[in-house]
Amino acid sequence: MWRPEPSDADLPVRIAEAGLDRDVLLAAYRRMCLIRVFEEAVRSRYWIGKTSTFNMAAEPIRGELHLAIGHEAVAVGVCALLGDADAVVSTHRAHHHALAKGVDPGRLAAEMFGKATGLCRGKGGEMHLFARNKRFLNSGIVGASYPQAAGAAFSFQRQGNRNLAVAFSGEGAANHGTFSETLNAAALWQLPLVIVIEDNLYADATPKWAAQAVNQQFQRAQSHNVPAYLVDGMDVIDVHAAARRAVDRARDGYGPTVIEAVCYRYRGHFEGDPENYRTREEVELWQRLDPIPRLADRLRRLGWADDATLTGLREAAAHDAVQAVRFAEDSPPPEPVEALAGVFA
Amino acid sequence: MLSGIAPAISEAIDQEMAGNPNVVVLGEDVTYWGAVFGFTAGLFQKYGRERVIDTPITEQTFMGMAVGAAATGLRPVVSLMFVDFLGTCFDQIYNHMAKNHYMSGGQFPMPVTIVTAVGGGYGDAGQHSELLYGLFGNVPGIKVVVPATAHDAKGLTATALADPNPVVIFGHKLLTGHPGVPFEGEEEDVPKDPYTIPFGQAAVRREGTDLTIIATALMVRRSLQAAARLAEHGISAEVIDVRTLVPLDIDTLVASARRTGRVLLVDEDYRSFGTTGELAFRIQAGAFDRLRAPIHRVAVPDVPIPFAEPLEQAVIPSVTRIVDAARALTGVPATAR
Ligand SMILES: Cc1ncc(C[n+]2csc(CCOP(=O)(O)OP(=O)(O)O)c2C)c(N)n1
Ligand SMILES: [Mg+2]
Repeated sequence: MWRPEPSDADLPVRIAEAGLDRDVLLAAYRRMCLIRVFEEAVRSRYWIGKTSTFNMAAEPIRGELHLAIGHEAVAVGVCALLGDADAVVSTHRAHHHALAKGVDPGRLAAEMFGKATGLCRGKGGEMHLFARNKRFLNSGIVGASYPQAAGAAFSFQRQGNRNLAVAFSGEGAANHGTFSETLNAAALWQLPLVIVIEDNLYADATPKWAAQAVNQQFQRAQSHNVPAYLVDGMDVIDVHAAARRAVDRARDGYGPTVIEAVCYRYRGHFEGDPENYRTREEVELWQRLDPIPRLADRLRRLGWADDATLTGLREAAAHDAVQAVRFAEDSPPPEPVEALAGVFA
Repeated sequence: MLSGIAPAISEAIDQEMAGNPNVVVLGEDVTYWGAVFGFTAGLFQKYGRERVIDTPITEQTFMGMAVGAAATGLRPVVSLMFVDFLGTCFDQIYNHMAKNHYMSGGQFPMPVTIVTAVGGGYGDAGQHSELLYGLFGNVPGIKVVVPATAHDAKGLTATALADPNPVVIFGHKLLTGHPGVPFEGEEEDVPKDPYTIPFGQAAVRREGTDLTIIATALMVRRSLQAAARLAEHGISAEVIDVRTLVPLDIDTLVASARRTGRVLLVDEDYRSFGTTGELAFRIQAGAFDRLRAPIHRVAVPDVPIPFAEPLEQAVIPSVTRIVDAARALTGVPATAR
């Protein structure tokens, strides 16, 4: 949901209301750049061996690749408020969530390359990214994130701490029964849970209009007495403003919140997607709202960063991404016998 | 000529839809993406959203709708995009679709055809690479169809669509002919006109005298390649394609086992408590006095399918592993190549 830009006079007020300041915004900018450059770097490696005929089995990165280019502001706007002890449960589209939560980029990349140094020692792959030190969990089964995050929230509530759990999902996932079931349980027990829906208008090749009886998923939250925010997911300030309220509410013991962030994925559902369900023009229209240049523009207008500062942040992010991919490429593959280990703890 | 089982299956559905207005196709991404691997490709363009319906991501609901629709006059064809998603809807399948005819004393047949993509080997990891037909075969009331060729896929799908019972068609991704994944099938002459292939008839794909290799889907292709290699070493392998696990053509399997005296079962499903154990039990019951060695099997060891290539290759049966197992079974040491 795009909103008119706040005037320069209103901008500082909105930023303050969102609980943001210069340092947080500069860090958010750098993190969003890291996600973007990381994904672009991974994408370029993914297509090696796949350009003449697209074949998912081709090395160096096999299987599916679900990029989140265009979704960066949602992940960063929410995760900027989380600590290592808070839990995040993500989905098939998970790279941005992992990086925003602080998961090590090198080990993340190594997992996508199927290396022994990967987060999951090469056993999980890009749809199954786990990082215990960041309480980051993941599933490639759509709709699975909600109840698992509710379970983590339940655990925090029982343990009497101020941690919370975040379930990320797409808008398509929210049609799944697990969404309604989780809303009911979380509202009933006032669990410290935040559900973040990235509404990118499509689930695979299925447009929202063909799959939803209500236009926005937050309407469903309200029927379970769960407060909900509809935010501009291409605007990290807007996301952060809603997330701050939701996170405070959860930590203070007042229960769950839904944040529905309208955003857009600039790439296909996965790499190799024929994208026969949307037009080029539509993609170009959304490109004008790219969350990264938008944030840069605001930082400049506020006088919080000049071009040199922004370039410096971008270059630092690019450096981290390059290092991560290099680490992945230089790492050894797992030994075949590893395949048989680890079914049971 | 057709390349792959996916166009063969969509052609069979198309031919049934043309003559039977009660056939509807339900599932995720069955329109623009033809159920991802092409099992429903072209149907939306021909029949429109009235009969080819993209569902929300709600497997439990659309499987349940298939139960209700089948009870009241429709003939649903349902896409379960990947078989690995069955956990989200198995209740509707095994407690209802599979049991309603029996529990209602025969009042409610359940003419539902489920088409689902199965198999690994291209890096899709633990939640998108399984076979799981053993789970379905374990439930009374579900027919289990596992085509290995485009010709069979078309004929078996036509049979499924005429069957008054729930039938699940397991389409192996590496046989679909879909361009995004490797193709291990071949171009085949598939008749344009509709035809059926009866359930419960295994196919002997290659005759041999030293051992019988029994397989399904992709493993039939790999077993045939293994048989060719074994022949170079003087081992004559018979290769049988089971084609349908339920109903099972046990007679063909037993007859072959009695002839060769040695049986190697090759399966891409998990090893324990599943298809290979069941086949071994039934084969020994009919061929015990003629078996010259214990029945062997090559299957996925009991681990989830791992992502990285060397790990995945270590668990999914390969031609080499089939050859090695056949050599061990026939007493030709694997090292004496
Ligand atoms: C239970 C289940 N059903 C179907 C799928 C296949 N699938 C993977 S992603 C996807 C679309 C998800 O759409 P959405 O939730 O909007 O997330 P997005 O991809 O748009 O980020 C589907 C249908 C799955 N992985 N799990
Ligand atoms: Mg979506």
